[in-house]
Amino acid sequence: MQRPKITTNRLLAAICLCLGLMVMDHRYGHLESTRTYLSGLVYPLQATFNVPLQYLDRLMEQLQARRAILEENDRLRRENLKVGASLQRYEAVAAENERLRELLESSYRIKEQVLLAEMVSIDLQAHSHRLVVNKGSREGVYVGQPVVDAHGVMGQVLHVGPFSSSVLMLTDPRHALPVSVTRTGLRAIATGTGRRDELQLEYLSSESDVRKNDLVVSSGLGDRFPAGYPVGKVARVEQGKDGSSPRIIVTPSAQVEYSVEFLLVDPRDRI
Amino acid sequence: MIDLRDKRRAARRGNALIAISFLVAFLLTALPLPTWMVPWRPLWVLTVLIYWCIALPERVGVFVALALGLLLDVYEGTLLGRNSLGLIVVTYIAHRHHLKLRVCPFVQQSLFVFSLALLYLLILLLVEWLLGIPPVTARYWLPAVSSMLLWPWLFVILRDARRRFFPSRYA
Repeated sequence: MQRPKITTNRLLAAICLCLGLMVMDHRYGHLESTRTYLSGLVYPLQATFNVPLQYLDRLMEQLQARRAILEENDRLRRENLKVGASLQRYEAVAAENERLRELLESSYRIKEQVLLAEMVSIDLQAHSHRLVVNKGSREGVYVGQPVVDAHGVMGQVLHVGPFSSSVLMLTDPRHALPVSVTRTGLRAIATGTGRRDELQLEYLSSESDVRKNDLVVSSGLGDRFPAGYPVGKVARVEQGKDGSSPRIIVTPSAQVEYSVEFLLVDPRDRI
Repeated sequence: MIDLRDKRRAARRGNALIAISFLVAFLLTALPLPTWMVPWRPLWVLTVLIYWCIALPERVGVFVALALGLLLDVYEGTLLGRNSLGLIVVTYIAHRHHLKLRVCPFVQQSLFVFSLALLYLLILLLVEWLLGIPPVTARYWLPAVSSMLLWPWLFVILRDARRRFFPSRYA
């Protein structure tokens, strides 16, 4: 009978190692390469269930009745026409906008490199607002890269592995994003509250003109997020007592709980 | 001499079984669940680790817990060492009580697992709290409940597997 390999010395050694790792990871970021290797190692495990599910989805799509596809095709063609028409309007407005900006001599480009990524996992821990997507350093993803879904800003890349990267969602309390209110041009910082359906606007005075249903977009300040991506709509304004700043709650535009496909935007390639 | 060789072979098989059980635990951790079930996801790696701490404490120690924790941290994209710290403390406590726990009825074992899971979640929360404001809701503690309910089944499955691949006279 062997004795269990447990002594207080071993425990203390392991705990010290652990604390050292945490401090190194948090303070100095020395461990990014270690993390990259390890994430390459565990990615197959994370993908085990997702890859077959994706193939199953594709198979189901192929097995869908031909009529349903024809109907859908028809509907999509009509929708495409409508969208095309409104896009023309938009293009006219964009062209006009650019002309006006040229007049103002401000540099502004809306051409950005984008990369489509799919979610690998989101629900590892119900309280942490992170998700893992299937694109990594091989595809040129970098730390701090903005992530958007079809409706608005989703968050930014936190760690990069060779095949996958983890994304900090904008609802995480550690996430802050420079924004502006479109109606007035007022600038603020949107921070996460830890709830999936709420953001909070900070650094506003009690006189700030913010109303319900105002659209909030990324302001492009801080050089990380490109300007003009929708962030959310003001859900309610709670007045603070006697001149203290009001609490402004914003509902995120991005479908934080439902989206599975994202765009990784690369604003660095701006001309 | 032959006996010694048998013993070594059995030990190798035992290690393989431990590795496979952890592999399955990691797979289950990433299993996609319907939204309402997400807060109830059991702490698979933690419960499997507690089992081996009770059954074969001389094989699974704090450094195994450290390595598992690091993998879990990478898995979740959180600070390296956060899960390790929780798993190490849990391993230590489970080791201290492993002889008592082996003879406990399932109900008491499950309660023990519940309290260890709560401790683990508390340690994770403390680390989060040191980094910033953690969003704490009652949902955060649900995995401890589901791990407790899972325990008897997990115990029986792993015990049968261990007895098949890893005869107790070599343990």
